[in-house]
Amino acid sequence: MSNEIEILKKGDLGRKKEKKVFFPKGRIIDDKAEKEILLLLKNKSKARDMLIENLHLIQDKFKCLHAEHLTALATIMKMPLAEVYEVASFYAHFDIIDDDTKPAGITIRVCDTVTCEMMGAKKLLNNLKKKYKNKNIRVLPAPCMGRCDTAPVLEIGHRHVDYADKEKVEEIINKKDFSPKINKYVDFNTYRKNGGYNFLKKCLSNKISPNQIIKTIEDSNLKGLGGAGFPTGLKWKLTRKEPAPRLMAVNADEGEPGTFKDRFCMETDPHRLLEGTLIAAWVVEAKICYIYLRDEYPFINKILKTEIEKIEKEGLTKHCKLIIRRGAGAYICGEESAMLESIEGKRGYPRHKPPFPVQEGLFGKPTLCNCVETLFWIRDILEKGAKWFSNFGKNGGSGFRFYSVSGRVNDPGIKKAPSGITVQELIDEYCGGIQKGHTFKGYLPGGASGGILPFSLANIPLDFGKELDKKGCFVGSGAIVIFSNQDSMKDIAINLLKFFEDESCGQCTPCRVGTEKAVKLLKNKKWDKKLLDDLSKVMIDSSICGLGQAAPNPINCVLKYFQNDIN
Amino acid sequence: MKDINFILNSKKVTAKEGETIWQVAKRHGDLIPHLCYEPKPGYRPDGNCRACMVEVEGERVLVASCIGKPTEGMKVNTKSNRAALSRKLVFELLVADQPKRSVARDKNSKFWIWADKLNVDKSRFPKKTSLPEPDTSHSAMEVNLDACIHCNLCVRACREVQVNDVIGMANRGSNAKIVFDFDDPMGDSTCVACGECVQACPTGALMPASVMNEKHISDTKVDKKVESLCPYCGVGCQITYNIKDDKIAWIDGADGPANHNRLCVKGRFGYDYVTNPERLTEPLIRKTNVSKDPTKIFDPKNPLKYFREASWKEALDFAGSGLKKIRETHGSNSLAGFGSAKGSNEEAYLFQKLVRTGFGNNNVDHCTRLCHASSVAALLETIGSGAVSNPFYDCENSDVIIIIGANPTENHPVAATFFKNAAKNGSKLIVIDPRKSSLNKYAFKNLNFRPGTDVALLNSIMNVIIEEKLYDQQYIKGYTEGFEELKENVKKFPPEKMEKVTSIQAETVKTIARTYAKAKSAIIFWGMGISQHVHGTDNARALIALSLICGQIGRPGTGLHPLRGQNNVQGASDAGLIPMMFPDYFSVSDGKNRKKLEKLWKSNLDPEPGLTIVEIMYGMIDGSIKGMYIMGENPAMSDPDTKHAREGLAKLEHLVVQDLFLTETATFADVILPSSAAPEKDGSFTNTNRQVQMGRKAIPLPGNTKQDLWIINEIGKRLGLEWNYKYPKDVFPEMAETMPSIKGMTWERLEKESSVVYPVKDVNKPGEEVIFSNGFDTKNKRGKIVPTKLIPPNEVPNNKFPMILMTGRLLEHWHTGSMTRRSKVLDAIEPIATAHFNPKQLKKQGIDAGDKVKIETRRGKVEVRVRLDRNVPNNVIFFPFTFKEAPANVLTNPELDPFGKIPEFKYCAAKMKKLDKSSSISYK
Repeated sequence: MSNEIEILKKGDLGRKKEKKVFFPKGRIIDDKAEKEILLLLKNKSKARDMLIENLHLIQDKFKCLHAEHLTALATIMKMPLAEVYEVASFYAHFDIIDDDTKPAGITIRVCDTVTCEMMGAKKLLNNLKKKYKNKNIRVLPAPCMGRCDTAPVLEIGHRHVDYADKEKVEEIINKKDFSPKINKYVDFNTYRKNGGYNFLKKCLSNKISPNQIIKTIEDSNLKGLGGAGFPTGLKWKLTRKEPAPRLMAVNADEGEPGTFKDRFCMETDPHRLLEGTLIAAWVVEAKICYIYLRDEYPFINKILKTEIEKIEKEGLTKHCKLIIRRGAGAYICGEESAMLESIEGKRGYPRHKPPFPVQEGLFGKPTLCNCVETLFWIRDILEKGAKWFSNFGKNGGSGFRFYSVSGRVNDPGIKKAPSGITVQELIDEYCGGIQKGHTFKGYLPGGASGGILPFSLANIPLDFGKELDKKGCFVGSGAIVIFSNQDSMKDIAINLLKFFEDESCGQCTPCRVGTEKAVKLLKNKKWDKKLLDDLSKVMIDSSICGLGQAAPNPINCVLKYFQNDIN
Repeated sequence: MKDINFILNSKKVTAKEGETIWQVAKRHGDLIPHLCYEPKPGYRPDGNCRACMVEVEGERVLVASCIGKPTEGMKVNTKSNRAALSRKLVFELLVADQPKRSVARDKNSKFWIWADKLNVDKSRFPKKTSLPEPDTSHSAMEVNLDACIHCNLCVRACREVQVNDVIGMANRGSNAKIVFDFDDPMGDSTCVACGECVQACPTGALMPASVMNEKHISDTKVDKKVESLCPYCGVGCQITYNIKDDKIAWIDGADGPANHNRLCVKGRFGYDYVTNPERLTEPLIRKTNVSKDPTKIFDPKNPLKYFREASWKEALDFAGSGLKKIRETHGSNSLAGFGSAKGSNEEAYLFQKLVRTGFGNNNVDHCTRLCHASSVAALLETIGSGAVSNPFYDCENSDVIIIIGANPTENHPVAATFFKNAAKNGSKLIVIDPRKSSLNKYAFKNLNFRPGTDVALLNSIMNVIIEEKLYDQQYIKGYTEGFEELKENVKKFPPEKMEKVTSIQAETVKTIARTYAKAKSAIIFWGMGISQHVHGTDNARALIALSLICGQIGRPGTGLHPLRGQNNVQGASDAGLIPMMFPDYFSVSDGKNRKKLEKLWKSNLDPEPGLTIVEIMYGMIDGSIKGMYIMGENPAMSDPDTKHAREGLAKLEHLVVQDLFLTETATFADVILPSSAAPEKDGSFTNTNRQVQMGRKAIPLPGNTKQDLWIINEIGKRLGLEWNYKYPKDVFPEMAETMPSIKGMTWERLEKESSVVYPVKDVNKPGEEVIFSNGFDTKNKRGKIVPTKLIPPNEVPNNKFPMILMTGRLLEHWHTGSMTRRSKVLDAIEPIATAHFNPKQLKKQGIDAGDKVKIETRRGKVEVRVRLDRNVPNNVIFFPFTFKEAPANVLTNPELDPFGKIPEFKYCAAKMKKLDKSSSISYK
């Protein structure tokens, strides 16, 4: 038994320092912080799946997450502190800071992923860091913002800056307008005038059957354009076979470096996505559909909110409620099961499969997951017929898709081109050729994870499976990045692996430890081929999800095709 | 159940439905490496470490065998080069960031054992640049995250197994980190130190602090492991003592039916009281010049100031002759004995036999009188059995779980984990208590009702059930009596009217009533909040009536379960350590049984019930009780109105105390007999589930201490009894002969099975876990429904004493603290006496955390420091009775429940005043 006075005099009683024993264990709920959070969450759901949404509310309001606010939030949401903390600390867009620290006034995020780095992001980042040191402006590197065609890019608050330089940044900071900028797009009236939602109405009035729709989609040979290429019609059919209630989730979290097609879809013609979504939901009888939107697209959030409100008023969503859920800065949440976790308000940990989302998805219910672009083409396919779509293919491919092209070409951007097109055709026919002063050296056929190919293999069809597969590569989301003789493939590989290291969820050993070790090994002057080969094997064979399985692709490709760059 | 045929390493094998590849492989002698997978109850395979990868034909990638399930015809190769390489590389990746093999945090850990098997002792991969520093902020455990492999087992241990929800995996990727709450030091977090994470950790990143040296390296080699029982609460956790040099090095949870390897902070870390320097190791006789002053409690550090050492012969002769003399001069009724609910069944049996045959009366009682006597009274009256109807873990089969007047996360922590598991799996948890608790997070409904209004609340629930005809007509007809009287009685308790009394809204009461009555299966748990009232028996009657009218008893997932307090309070009561009953609850007035016992015990027996604890206290004061034998109880701390109790003890002519320490009670002893602690003895103990379990000796007796059983036997001999009980196994058969409930139990069976539930009729068959499936133990086999009236607490607040005082316990401290305050770890977590208040109330009075206040009731005053606790309602003082420097029981009301004779610990009027500044210590 200890002596009370001795204990008290020692004064080392922990966090609440001297007073620890005079409170219950752990952090103490601060009355003021509790009131602030209660006010913020007034009329808001406190259900478990709202955690990320509620964290956003706090982050937006206070520009950070103070521990005292998180303590209050946990109490109010009846959640353990640890669970709140692990979610908040998982996502890059949440800033947890000490109670007595002030948040940064302005945050500048400079994209340092592959295309932006090629276009000078590193220098820009360092310059800005220097310039705004001690000015209550925080300059952070950030992963792909989905505007690689205008690299380098950055984000100040929620305002994105294309072809960014110091001057542009200064101008915006002086103007103090950090709200998202919205470009002109096809709004509800225009879309409707041009025959939009007619097909949905046909569905809703049962003038067509779900099976007929599924048949058309199956015949069109439309595949999942998020990257996996799973036949869309079949997915819908499988979903319908599962017991009700069923749910739906739209994957609007394209984060694959080099990819910006979904942004283009939503930013220019949002109703085409919404109609496709509502048709799909009608087919699988999903009463709720979550649109999981990456937090890098705040302008689209605004567009979707505005436009969904309009179609709700028009009674077009009676069969299915559309709910937008904000991502919070995590590439892994583009992986569909990680996305489902995130929609449930958790960390983006990919799930083990089986069961697949179609069987056991959101909240354990059968869930249809489609990406934005896949749904974007639904209306056209249904209106114009399966054949119309499938006839578009090239070099054995079927249909068309949006390729996001960036890097050393004259005219980067979104290219609607036949599936199966080769990179050479894409460069020559769609992108105005290689930039002056550059020689075509190699390319990413499918973003950061799809591997790297040399110019000598520029005539392979950019399509799912097939020849790309044989080369250890894949087309995925159709993000094509073109490299020239001025790009070091070693640096490219390091950049890509660093990206994977930052974005690995950390769940499984091969990916968590493997990506970190890979970056270290790649930075060595001489690459240890045997060790890298071993590492690549365990990552490909034993990682839980596609991130870790694909992460060694750049390494293997450089070893295979770009020996000169590492010797 | 469908069998699945598949090919494992070219061999045809069969998997049972649900079996994983890993499990089937193990059955076939192929133990696949595993780190994040712990094949133990409660641990879900997570498949994250990737140490168990196997190759499946046709699959693009390897499959984690711990989660991969075979399908018909699948071809699995666990030994392919590809799989073997992957597994080895996983280890190589992990070893890269580990402390070197030679300075491993725990070189005997699962991680290193497997690494050795796979021949991985170093790594070709570069080491991480920064690794975490040791966290030694907790008194019980040490955290060295440089050994962490992020396997997530500790998170599952904390979140899914024990549901204490402290550990998380924060950040992501290679920055992923095990955190406590918000990345706080473990010792500053909400950690309740159950130690489940330590037990689960496969690397040595989380270790018991007791085995770590100053370089943060452990020594986990032990001489032997002994399977035994936790000595604290009624849950009855089985434990494994890890013994080195005849000392306890650390404790692990064992896979007992009540705990499945789980333990709480007391069970896992609170064992070192046995080696506390204050342990008495020689018999002591009071010095002749030392008077008995009820206001002076002796310093347990200096027993020789007040006592002199004596030989066992002298001490026993002195003890025995003193008792004998009183019996001879004042008659047998001037003697009484308090046995112990901490001792074994064999000790309890022998102790009550000593009082009944040696003293010649029934003045034998123990602390059940202070905890569940009213519950037992109600249960015996209504359903004819004083024990629980279903084990607590049966809640996994319950749709609805009501927990009323109990705070299991503090007082039955391991049972609470099963409640939380059930709630997480979808059972509706209804928590009813004036105080909030950490269970609330998991509850479907929380009813924080006004203290002392239990009967009003329960009757209003029954009012709704009867008004809305939600009761089980068929069950009532078939198995109960007294329903019509209840029906009439509850008319007086409409929820709308009771709202004013209980403060619970009528709508909530209706929801609870409907939820309970309509549930497929619903179980009720209760604790001292129900029993420790002057209307404690009525409270229990109302709960029993509720279950009877809804037919929520007699099936899995239903029933009534008063959560028993002490590790052997069930067994001590069963063995007859109560004044009105012989072993197995035969009334002392039951002539037939008494005759049988008289023959067996070769002694006449008193047909009159003896005195209960508080009655004995009054007897001491009025002089009718002159001599006492107290084994392992501490009435000078535990009894209500302590001042009075101490006065009584001081007046005794002869007091024999048998204990480990110079307790507050021993202050008044004429002779102290130093006895055995739990890890030093064999014996059977009965937990709250009616499971009789085997406690086994793990360490030798220290100094000149003796086995309790031997001491009782020796005292018996000195009272003229012809006894020769040497070991518990000598007592057990005789005890079993007096107890039909354990007919099918033998000492050998207990030794073999470690746990046997009663009633058990046949030595070859298991006992019955769920009882009353076909009527009750009453004469007509019917459950008696007893209507209850609204009786206010004995002492309600008024202007002079405006607050309500209730006592209770803390997670870390056991009762009067004689054991736990002598445990380093436990005392470090809760070192200071505090009374708990709602912060809002204190704010009004200008009182801050840590300030000293004076709490006063009609019986006395105590000075104590203040803890702010939102769980305590306004106008209530929650005061743990553990602290001798601030003994809460000085304040409590000794007024008794008329049936259970239990005092009203949970309610009395009090006032509180802040002491002036000079009294408060500057603790900065």
